[in-house]
Amino acid sequence: MDTGALLFQKILSQIFVGLSRTTILFIVSSGMSLILGVLRIPNIAHGSLYMIGAFMAFSVSNFFGGGSQGFWMALLLAPIGVAILSLITERGIFQFLYKREHLMLLLLTFALSLIFGDLVKLVWGAEYKSVPVPQVFHGHLTLVAGIPIPLYNLFLLLVGPVVAILLWLFVNKTKMGKISRAAAVDRDMVGAVGINVSRVFAAVFVVGCLLAGLGGVLVAPTVNVTLGMDHTLIMEAFLIVIMGGLGNIWGALIGALIFGLAQSLGILIWPQFGIIFPYAAVVIVLMIKPTGLLKSTW
Amino acid sequence: MRKGTSTRNIGIGIAVVAVFFLLPAFLPRFYVYLISLMLVYGLLATSLNIVLGYGGVFQFHHCVFYGVGAYATALFLTKTGVPFILSFLAGAVAAAVLSFLMGIITVRLSKLYFGMLQISLGSLVWAIVYRWYSFTGGDDGIHGIPVPEIISSYNGSYYFTLAVTLICLFLIYKIIKSPFGSALQGIRDNPVRSGMIGINVKRHLLVALVIAGFFGGVAGSLFVVVDKTVFPDMLFWTLSLEVFIMCLIGGWFSFFGPMVGAAIVIALRTFVSGYTVYWALVYGIVMVFVIFFLPNGILGFLEQRAKPADEKKLIEKG
Repeated sequence: MDTGALLFQKILSQIFVGLSRTTILFIVSSGMSLILGVLRIPNIAHGSLYMIGAFMAFSVSNFFGGGSQGFWMALLLAPIGVAILSLITERGIFQFLYKREHLMLLLLTFALSLIFGDLVKLVWGAEYKSVPVPQVFHGHLTLVAGIPIPLYNLFLLLVGPVVAILLWLFVNKTKMGKISRAAAVDRDMVGAVGINVSRVFAAVFVVGCLLAGLGGVLVAPTVNVTLGMDHTLIMEAFLIVIMGGLGNIWGALIGALIFGLAQSLGILIWPQFGIIFPYAAVVIVLMIKPTGLLKSTW
Repeated sequence: MRKGTSTRNIGIGIAVVAVFFLLPAFLPRFYVYLISLMLVYGLLATSLNIVLGYGGVFQFHHCVFYGVGAYATALFLTKTGVPFILSFLAGAVAAAVLSFLMGIITVRLSKLYFGMLQISLGSLVWAIVYRWYSFTGGDDGIHGIPVPEIISSYNGSYYFTLAVTLICLFLIYKIIKSPFGSALQGIRDNPVRSGMIGINVKRHLLVALVIAGFFGGVAGSLFVVVDKTVFPDMLFWTLSLEVFIMCLIGGWFSFFGPMVGAAIVIALRTFVSGYTVYWALVYGIVMVFVIFFLPNGILGFLEQRAKPADEKKLIEKG
């Protein structure tokens, strides 16, 4: 095989790696974007919920004896667990603070992320955890140009669009979604026509956090589940949301694509400084368009 | 009345400085080190507060300047034969230059958008420092940085830190009270009106950013003197938010608020982590309480309580 074809193959396989990373990033950051767009909370604790989702996936999968059944149960139950936790947080803390400055909310969610981080340490301990890839997704599939793609990555590539479409349907086609979009523009007006805005906000918050939990479950079989995975991810998700346009779900998708691909291709271009490419991409985008690529809801 | 208060304040100031000066004679080594750290973080938080509290700028990633200052000093000390004092200054200058470059890009934006571009630029700098093994030592950082004998001892580094911090606080205070500082506060309260009366808003903010970056860099260089190490976490965004928290807990509308906040946070972290590994839990809960009940910070709260009393006195005196 000549070098050109080899390079092509390398690039293509890196793109597939990048795309499966994109799926995770998109699922987490779309939830963040939803919360940011409607509730105006720059939620740093979002990353903690992602981490909790991954740890819950470990526990649930263990409870059902690992393997395939464990994974599917984790996929079902862990996001629900995260959603319940977020509902408690929203009713207990956030609902009293919607009128506060963004800066205060940012710091509050940072405080929550510290609390959640230690709670995870308390419940699950500080060791690495791993969740097995279910039996169905063992093995590879050769699609194009003889590149073997792990089946689990293909599964991720499938889940991403499904989540995107479901989220689009939720925001645009359900009554709850429509109310939340209205409330994002003018909260008081929506309240004035007799809608319980507080309840709508709680629902949107829970949906957003559910996505964080889902991202955590999906990432669990591919990485070591460990403390501190929240801190690296939250920055990435935050930058993706900013890059895409605050509150714009399609923006989150584009942002995640740019970030994920810059990350995976960057490693190919310059292995040592691969980590720099996604950040550089964000800086370039924001220098050209400070409000993000797509229309923000702010 | 006013003259009385200012003499009283000077008296308190001298007393506080004297106490700080005498502390190493009474305290064990560890506490001297701890107070040095408090001074370093206090200076860092105060430097952030120049733009945050007085300029109303959302400088989300201030620690970049702290880290770059520390790295510049460390690199000059380890890789060149430049005298210590020049290496020390190089840290602050490097931070100021970086702050200027970042400021040119970010200053045209406002509030949250400023903060977001700033945090992404800062993350870029962090990523470079984190990966550039041959130059910055990568994620290992640099250890055992050679600091001259006279200021590398515990008491020596304490007195050096104390002196530099006092000088910097004095300078920052003078800057805040100068016409420039008043213009900055005007911009914070109403940028449009400030522009109308002929203040060049962008240029004032840029200068303020450079000043804040400079003193952030000084804090970073001081950390090198106190700890003799640098590591990439010094530029990580979590530390920036922690410094934000310091300003918040102390009160970012008071000059000494960030100082007090830094002391509280460092003390909390040190002593709570002595009892339990779950210190972040305690720390987080304290933060939630401050945000709920003391949104102006501890000094802000005390000042608010003191004010009515003063006014009452004035009324009584007629």
